[in-house]
Amino acid sequence: MMLHHDVLIVGGGLAGLRAAVGLSKKYDVAIVSKVHPIRSHSIAAQGGINASLANNPDGRDDTCEKHAFDTIKGSDYLADQHSVEIMCKEASEIVYEMEHWGCPFSRFPDGTIAQRPFGGGGYPRTCYSTDITGHVLLNTLYERAVSKRIKFYQEWYIVALVTDNGRCGGVIAFDLVRGKIIPIAAKTTLFATGGYGRVYFHSTNALINTGSGIGMAYKAQVPIKDMEFVQFHPTGLIGTNILMTEACRGEGGYLLNNKNERFMEKYAPKAMELAPRDIVSRSIQTEIEEGRSFEHALGKYIKLDLRHLGEKKILSKLPGIRKICIDFIGIDPIIEPIPIMPCQHYSMGGIDTNEKCETEMKGFYAAGECACVSVHGANRLGGNSLLETIVFGKLAGLAIDEYLTNNDVKADEKIVQDRKDEIEKKIIRLVSGSGEKPFILQTELAKTMSRNVGIFRKKEEIVEAINNIINIKERYRNVCVSSPSRHMNYELMNTIELEYMLEVAHTIAVGAHQREESRGSHYRRDFTKRDDTQWMKHTIARIGEGGGPVITSKEVTITQYQPMERIY
Amino acid sequence: MITKDTYTFKILRYDAKAPDEKPEFQLYRIKVIPGLTVLAMLIRIRDEIDGTLSFRSSCRSAVCGSCAMVINGKIDLACRTQVAFFESNTIILEPLPNMDIIKDLVVDMEPFWDMYEKVQPYLIRKTPDPGKEITQSEEERSRIDQFVNCILCASCYGACPVVSRNPEYIGPAALAKLERFILDSRDERGAGFLKTMNNEKGLWGCDTVLRCIDACPKDVRPTDAIVELRKILIKEKMKQLFDKEGR
Ligand SMILES: Cc1cc2nc3c(=O)[nH]c(=O)nc-3n(C[C@H](O)[C@H](O)[C@H](O)COP(=O)(O)OP(=O)(O)OC[C@H]3O[C@@H](n4cnc5c(N)ncnc54)[C@H](O)[C@@H]3O)c2cc1C
Repeated sequence: MMLHHDVLIVGGGLAGLRAAVGLSKKYDVAIVSKVHPIRSHSIAAQGGINASLANNPDGRDDTCEKHAFDTIKGSDYLADQHSVEIMCKEASEIVYEMEHWGCPFSRFPDGTIAQRPFGGGGYPRTCYSTDITGHVLLNTLYERAVSKRIKFYQEWYIVALVTDNGRCGGVIAFDLVRGKIIPIAAKTTLFATGGYGRVYFHSTNALINTGSGIGMAYKAQVPIKDMEFVQFHPTGLIGTNILMTEACRGEGGYLLNNKNERFMEKYAPKAMELAPRDIVSRSIQTEIEEGRSFEHALGKYIKLDLRHLGEKKILSKLPGIRKICIDFIGIDPIIEPIPIMPCQHYSMGGIDTNEKCETEMKGFYAAGECACVSVHGANRLGGNSLLETIVFGKLAGLAIDEYLTNNDVKADEKIVQDRKDEIEKKIIRLVSGSGEKPFILQTELAKTMSRNVGIFRKKEEIVEAINNIINIKERYRNVCVSSPSRHMNYELMNTIELEYMLEVAHTIAVGAHQREESRGSHYRRDFTKRDDTQWMKHTIARIGEGGGPVITSKEVTITQYQPMERIY
Repeated sequence: MITKDTYTFKILRYDAKAPDEKPEFQLYRIKVIPGLTVLAMLIRIRDEIDGTLSFRSSCRSAVCGSCAMVINGKIDLACRTQVAFFESNTIILEPLPNMDIIKDLVVDMEPFWDMYEKVQPYLIRKTPDPGKEITQSEEERSRIDQFVNCILCASCYGACPVVSRNPEYIGPAALAKLERFILDSRDERGAGFLKTMNNEKGLWGCDTVLRCIDACPKDVRPTDAIVELRKILIKEKMKQLFDKEGR
């Protein structure tokens, strides 16, 4: 059996759904998602989405140009400025559109969409719905998709992207419930597969965020970009690493060390707790390393103190955060500070695309967190990712429409069928291995990444990580899946994804090794300064003959914002 | 060695692909570190002891709605249930009721989603959209608050005694979703829409025994929605009768 579609979208998060909604009228569109779309990780976003609506009385003169400037400065000048300008210009329209489709944003007393300040933004431009913004946006887009009768293949996961001679032919899918490999030939394929957080041990991301889409594209010869830029969020709950949204600080929360000092004073005297994430995470890590943190059975931590905001504000603005704290660590933030530590949070790098979401591979597109356009450069601002997913989901739809309108595209069934046969063999091999269990390899990988390619990096540690990854890749060849049964075999799914996680990790580590400077989230203890003459360029990784990544570079597009020092 | 922190997980195993084998409990003994959740333990059991165990999970922070199941007789999300919360060292895990088991703790949610779609779960507008946002007061926004919080985990659907005797009953989650839109100051579907729910499969099916409220991990009260929606139907009916008599 082979399925056919004009547009095959992998990923039912915000980016994938938005693209599907735009294309559904004209084309035969289907979405494949390894979980029901509503379970996608976008659901977990808390704080908000940026747009210069200028609804906040303190931000009446906000404009999309100012939003673009903040984004570019926040990116440490690695973002492509024309792409940032497009995103910030589209922002207001996108937010209004989501509102018209039913998104229940929080409101100001005058009935307009409420906006709050977020880190690295000069203006209070983050639109929100209490602390469940991702939940309301994803529900709204899913509702819209239901109203458009979009076809979903849910609980199907993609095992491979099929490419040949610079063209994409579709994907090989695996139906988890029925345990069947299903080739899908598509005229165009869009990846909206989200981030790779689980490559790290401490991550705020969902368990399903393996980054397999990025790894698959890479293995299919698609270049990937800027993988060394990994965002660490300053405030993950200790233990479970569940995110405590930046809105906690946006609403006025403090960060305190064991001397009861608001230590951000030393690192970002003006912006304080609302400096960009890379800076706040490094500050927290420094406090921890220099012995000014607290101790808990679950690890060292810093306090996020909301108590002075008062019960009323916490209940009205951060009710979800309060519930998480009570459920997961038995602390009520109205009474006690929250124990936090920095955790991997966001993937700035990803599949290399231009501002139209096109990749080097004809017929293959990427949008959302799995893509690197790049609008976040070396550091993403809070509230810009939700924006990116919806804006570029929409733009990917427009680009696909243009391509299908102007070209007589025929799906290439043969390459898809050939690939299916290969995958069949691969799965047989996987279920007959006799080596280690997959979780052992995955845990080792994640620990290596958190330890050696984390907030602070240096050459020897990165080299050690690369060697470990190569070693784990070797052991993966004989990995042992408990059961050859194919249906509902989550272990088999995890094992297939692990192969791609290893590739993703490999490109992160090699990128971090090559880039001998410090920029945004990438901080080298042995090269502590930003070096614009040598390193103001994107890192491009392609899979090499021997399996490891081959690195080249690509120009950064500058329109009107000349690089300056980043002071907050 | 069995110590105080050794727990026994009794997990219902069943595979719809092998229907001849009856559902059966399987026992797993495992050491629990304080602070760990039922979901964290399930993952460890699958990783370390039995790779064939099937259960759904994703966000592990009580927002995605994947891991609702019956935990020691009570429906809850595995990810937000602390193991240490129970007095006994035995934890019994079963799949959500009212839906067919696909495998182990994974149930077929198709009927749940079918019911969801029946209420046209999206904002319906007739007036053209303004150039900016459709304004809404803080008070209007707060009216839909609790229903917006629903994570579609189907805990209520699994707990509902009406669903268990009448699979055609639309169930609490779908009706709560409907109320979320009817109450939304921006929605223009009109009360006439409720006609399709004016029967035993819809609004009159509910026994109002509040099991759904008990089961909801997000403090949504589907019964409130049902009662409010019934009031609208009754008002309409009264109005019709009144209009007739007046004539
Ligand atoms: C806890 C948390 C809070 C956040 N809060 C904010 C915030 O307040 N503001 C903000 O701007 N950003 C925030 N972010 C970031 C933002 O939420 C994400 O970047 C964004 O939602 C990603 O959306 P997406 O559509 O790209 O991918 P996702 O929503 O992650 O969706 C990925 C989809 O791909 C599917 N998929 C992946 N791999 C496969 C495969 N192999 N086969 C089949 N399907 C596959 C999945 O099933 C899923 O449907 C937050 C992130 C986290 C972790």
